Amino acid sequence: MSGEFALWVYLTRTPLLWLTVTLLAYAVADRLFQAAGRHPLANPVIHAIWMIGLVLTLTGTPYPAYFQGAQFVHFLLGPATVALAVPLYERRATVMRALLPMLAALVVGCVTAMTSALILAKLAGIPYDVRLAMAPKSVTTGVAMGIVEALGGDPTLAAVLVMLTGMAGAVIVTPLMRTLRIEDMRARGFAAGLAAHGLGTARAFQVSEVAGTFAGIAMGLNAFLTAILVPVAVSFLR
Amino acid sequence: MIVSLTLILLAQLLGEIAARAAGLPVPGPVIGMALLLGFLVLRDRFRPASTRWLPPPLVDGGVEGAAKGLLAHLSIMFVPAGVGIVGKLDVLASHGLALAVVLCLSVTLTLAATVLTFVAVSRLLDRPKGDRT
Repeated sequence: MSGEFALWVYLTRTPLLWLTVTLLAYAVADRLFQAAGRHPLANPVIHAIWMIGLVLTLTGTPYPAYFQGAQFVHFLLGPATVALAVPLYERRATVMRALLPMLAALVVGCVTAMTSALILAKLAGIPYDVRLAMAPKSVTTGVAMGIVEALGGDPTLAAVLVMLTGMAGAVIVTPLMRTLRIEDMRARGFAAGLAAHGLGTARAFQVSEVAGTFAGIAMGLNAFLTAILVPVAVSFLR
Repeated sequence: MIVSLTLILLAQLLGEIAARAAGLPVPGPVIGMALLLGFLVLRDRFRPASTRWLPPPLVDGGVEGAAKGLLAHLSIMFVPAGVGIVGKLDVLASHGLALAVVLCLSVTLTLAATVLTFVAVSRLLDRPKGDRT
């Protein structure tokens, strides 16, 4: 009994255990995703998250202890963002030709993301502090946290809302585009990256490389514009 | 592989330094992306010279391979941060349903508005030239 406990203590102190659990949960979730014919609702990120969450709850493991191991996977988000330069460079001719549609879609999409969240949340009777954390929900976690913190809101809540938005967007995007009969992969990818940041971009890369490239551009541009516009939107739509 | 990853990390590092030093609202990796893009442009602009002076992986497609390898696994990188929300669900519990409905509606509206604007403007621009649909 004490030998097993000693092993558990040892394992929880090294990154090995939670790194393995993260990869294993994702591998299982990805198999299910393939088995389900890549159905949007079988999104491997969402299913890996609840599986790991369940393991952490059952073992009583606090999140920081889990993150000690999982941080190696998390760290790769930075280099992956830098890596977006490669598909962008390879498709620069396609991108340059779509400059005006991208700028128009950026402005319309960014304003829609903020105002729809603020207005709908007010109608639903959600208190001001939660609405404030909701305003930058379509941009990458780091930027959203920074924006909300600067406005005196709760950055942790903002991070949660950003992740939920990303998951919802990744699930909704493909069925919505089919309903709207949009076949232009540039437009589909751009919308996914703008509305659902990195998770939308990851989803777009699953569909096509053109979609992924445009999603990456949208994600970067929207982070920039949202950081400028959120303070204005919040002051108008208190 | 090592050289290519070094270049990618170096771009991120310089991006982080630039973002912190200038207090920009843009995250460091996004500036890193711009730096890597600049590198690729300059590399191909000065092709004979860059082939001679740069380490082979940076000119023979090694960087491209490393970058695409990272991007192919973009999804899994969101898992550790995503697990963090499982512990924060109590924050959401009080307005759970209303919040979920608002988020889903807002995302749907944003996706639709963005994609329709993109398609409308690109059709408007393509019509006079008629070079592509």
